[in-house]
Amino acid sequence: MSDWVWVAVAAVGGIGAIGRFLLDSVIAEHAGRDFPYGTFTINVSGALVLGLLTGLAVEGSLLVIAGTATIGSYTTFSTWMLETHRLAEDTEVPRALVNATASLLAGFGAALVGHAIGAHA
Amino acid sequence: MPGFDRRELAAIFAGGAVGAVLRVWLGRHFASAEGSWPWATFAINVSGSFALAYFATRLQERLPQSTYRRPLLGTGFCGAYTTFSTMQVEILKLVETHRYGLAAGYACASISAGYAAIFLATAIVRRTRVIA
Repeated sequence: MSDWVWVAVAAVGGIGAIGRFLLDSVIAEHAGRDFPYGTFTINVSGALVLGLLTGLAVEGSLLVIAGTATIGSYTTFSTWMLETHRLAEDTEVPRALVNATASLLAGFGAALVGHAIGAHA
Repeated sequence: MPGFDRRELAAIFAGGAVGAVLRVWLGRHFASAEGSWPWATFAINVSGSFALAYFATRLQERLPQSTYRRPLLGTGFCGAYTTFSTMQVEILKLVETHRYGLAAGYACASISAGYAAIFLATAIVRRTRVIA
């Protein structure tokens, strides 16, 4: 991979993280912090877009930059797990279970739908 | 950006840039063969979860409040280093190649190990006495 691709990975990785932070802040402002709606929305929408990119057969440096780096940084696994753990700790075990399973299933469904749309476009 | 601290956004950007580069680098050096267990993403997600719980617990419960450490290390670095979307696309690829057991196993193992890493890191930080 050439140097400019690594520079692009760093730049879009930073932008993806900022996008996640801003969207999460906006969603939390409207929906509250009782449930991590922000991370859920971010992760499911990101899975849809990455599924779409792979369905469109985007490859090489473009997939690394637009997909792995941008969407990969926009979505997050660690925050999803941390929020699940903190919900369970706050004796919100049902919500923790919903957060874990709903994200996994909706994320998979979104990747599937995105991939199908891309493959038939 | 009205309503947002520019330096906080800069910290998130810097952490996110480093996290993304590290994840892409690890993914390329430890690439898994098509249809096999995605070790790179798995290791990244579990180690990143451990790091996030360590930073979040320590910064929230142990150290004096800092404005930029959480955005730099938590939201930026750990958030971008770990990834949900790549995991989902990897699960999808395993399903498409009819490796259903591997797909389900990868999904369950990621969640179990990621959650365990959070639990462990949180417990370690809370048990460590901080002499401030």
